[in-house]
Amino acid sequence: MPIELKEYDPGPFFDEMMAGKNRARPLAKEIIGLFRKMDSGELATRQDAANLAIKEMGITFTVYNENDGMIDRNWPFDIVPRIIEKHEWDRIEAGLKQRVKALNLFINDLYHEQKIIRDGVFPAEVLAESKNFRPQCVGVNPPLGVWAHICGSDLVRDADGTMYVLEDNLRVPSGVSYMLENRLVTKRVFPELFESYAPLPVDDYPTQLYEMLAALSPRNVKRPTVAVLTPGIYNSAYFEHAYLAMEMGAELVEGRDLFVDDDDCVYMRTVSGLQRVDVIYRRIDDEFMDPEAFRDDSVLGVPGLLRAWKARKVGLANAPGAGVADDKVVYAFVPEIIRYYLDEEPGIPNVPTYRCMYPEERQYVLDHLEDLVIKPANESGGYGMLIGPRSTKAERKTFAGLIKKNPRNYIAQPTLGLSTVPTVVGQCLEPRHVDLRPFILSGRKTFVTTGGLTRVALRKGSLVVNSSQGGGSKDTWIVETDN
Amino acid sequence: MLSRVAENIYWLARYVERAENTARLIRVNSHLVLDTPSGIAPGWEPLVDITGLRLQFETVEREPNERNIVRFLIGDAHNHGSILSSLAAARENCRTVREVLPRSSWEKLNELYLFAKENVQSGLTKSGRDDFLDGIISGSQQLVGLLGSVMYRDEAWHFSRIGRNLERADMTTRIIDVRSTDLFPDDMLESRSLDTLQWISVLRSMSGYQTYRRHVAIRVSRADVLDFLFHNPLFPRSFLHCISAVDDGIGKLENSGPALRGIRALKLKLRRVNVAELSQAQLHDFIDVLQLGIIDLHNSLAATYFPPELELEETG
Repeated sequence: MPIELKEYDPGPFFDEMMAGKNRARPLAKEIIGLFRKMDSGELATRQDAANLAIKEMGITFTVYNENDGMIDRNWPFDIVPRIIEKHEWDRIEAGLKQRVKALNLFINDLYHEQKIIRDGVFPAEVLAESKNFRPQCVGVNPPLGVWAHICGSDLVRDADGTMYVLEDNLRVPSGVSYMLENRLVTKRVFPELFESYAPLPVDDYPTQLYEMLAALSPRNVKRPTVAVLTPGIYNSAYFEHAYLAMEMGAELVEGRDLFVDDDDCVYMRTVSGLQRVDVIYRRIDDEFMDPEAFRDDSVLGVPGLLRAWKARKVGLANAPGAGVADDKVVYAFVPEIIRYYLDEEPGIPNVPTYRCMYPEERQYVLDHLEDLVIKPANESGGYGMLIGPRSTKAERKTFAGLIKKNPRNYIAQPTLGLSTVPTVVGQCLEPRHVDLRPFILSGRKTFVTTGGLTRVALRKGSLVVNSSQGGGSKDTWIVETDN
Repeated sequence: MLSRVAENIYWLARYVERAENTARLIRVNSHLVLDTPSGIAPGWEPLVDITGLRLQFETVEREPNERNIVRFLIGDAHNHGSILSSLAAARENCRTVREVLPRSSWEKLNELYLFAKENVQSGLTKSGRDDFLDGIISGSQQLVGLLGSVMYRDEAWHFSRIGRNLERADMTTRIIDVRSTDLFPDDMLESRSLDTLQWISVLRSMSGYQTYRRHVAIRVSRADVLDFLFHNPLFPRSFLHCISAVDDGIGKLENSGPALRGIRALKLKLRRVNVAELSQAQLHDFIDVLQLGIIDLHNSLAATYFPPELELEETG
């Protein structure tokens, strides 16, 4: 039985492939054509082959569960790629570069003169209550003036087809390894489509990452020692830490492998004695990075790391304190931040955002809790949110209380109709909601991944794409088209 | 190379080798039992002692019968030395050192672990046992072959080679030890031919029968087999060959003084004794001496190259 798309109905949402029931968008004609020729059993067979490949390649993420302890789950992957035309992507790429450039200027300003506050563009009280502002970093001049070397920004497409930035992850964004692995799996599953679509390659990322990191080396040596600092195998992104270290030929270290000597240099313990480390790509949050400077109960960190960085004896990416711009309230100010530092209009719009710290906006939020998504400023992974249209009266009451108690900590946004992409469900294709996380590297130059990681909410109707909460992912293709 | 990584690679290699050799041990005993008249067969219990797991066995199983012992050695999660536990531990170690090993080696090990996990039930049946054990042995050999053909000869390689050969040397002595008790009364008529059959099965279990016939003798005798398995410098599972490989690997490391003294002492112990002349009881004691030497050598490697043991924080 061939695959039927007559019943495929994205409803009020923008579907990335189908313009209507049984009507493919121009860029999806070939892939939809292939599905139409395909037996429905074959679709399931190819999905099974992909799942098997993922299992054998050991592509996993780790979840922690109170009953079972640590579980290594296979990475949930859907074989149908998400396709974006290159001319649209070029515009997005330029918008992302602009955004990250402005954010780096903003962070640097906050740790120096704070001109943006003096000029009345950014409120001092937001900074005063920021959880991620690190007073220890005031006055520091990191190499190249860059604080957020690696940024993962989440993009979503609304029902009218507009792409918005939903948030910027500037602390330890993850997912890029899955972007790379997804491509390998898709090549196995749909080799025939690669000939006709020729999606632009994504595998340049590890090289770009290494070069960016190497440029932070305090020593002028040909091959500086670069290390990826991981919290260890129990971290949900451990797979990625190991993967990136492997792809870059860097050392994968844990806190206990490193120590900072009296000369402020960082050394790792090796079988031939101590070896100096030049650059650390740290995948540990600020707070746990250095018990000497931050939380003294951290067993994951390296005592003295901040001291070494301030003495310019080691490069750190991202710089400590960069997370000050990774905050949902700061997010609401990004369009102003771009205009302030660059004197340009944002290339990619923000999702309209209500800032509860302002009485008028707060009142609007409190009056419209049923229609809005309420987000705390500093949570990630989709935790601590209220999705208005699906909330109970009791939940809304709780959130109203929370907002009144600490308005600075909450923002609200309209519920977006995230776009959909056909996704394998059993032997059929059904629409499922997606977002997109491209990664932006900032060093001597700025580099944006070709596409990024498309995350998909595998549960019908769900908008939650996080892998820890039932999300999966898709390969993302940037393709050249004639128009 | 990081000390922590060196330790993980060393144990990864040991665990994989241990899984393979446990499979070999079960295989040789299965054949031994089949070849021996039921009245005098030693059964399965010696395996529990040979693997040094008597205490653990008694906490998880009641009857030391074939079914329970095989289950304990193949798939018991409480037995850290079982095939499944060894492969799980190897996989955990591999997870933490993925970036220094060839990518395909992780995939191969993962595949081997999944094979063991998914087929363990059929491995517990008499008819499925051989296929299961063969799968473990060939999976381990594929992994070793893969590393041998693509791995850069840096410290990671040396530590994996040291770990593998140390474990193999240890398990070779244990496999020989299966035959270390006197099975047959001397006056028994057919004991001679039974004896021969069983030494053949020991050789086979170590993939050494063909080599022995070609290079040592056509006739299989206890003295020649023991000499071959302990002293032969060219057979890769002989004790001498294994510890020579360990010696060679250690020699390529920095600060190798203490570990080299350990390995040389072990070699000297082997050279001074002609195992073929030992009685079964003496052989058993000598194997104990060698196994203690291996433990000393491990301790010396750990002291020089591995991270210091984590100090347990005081509570209260």
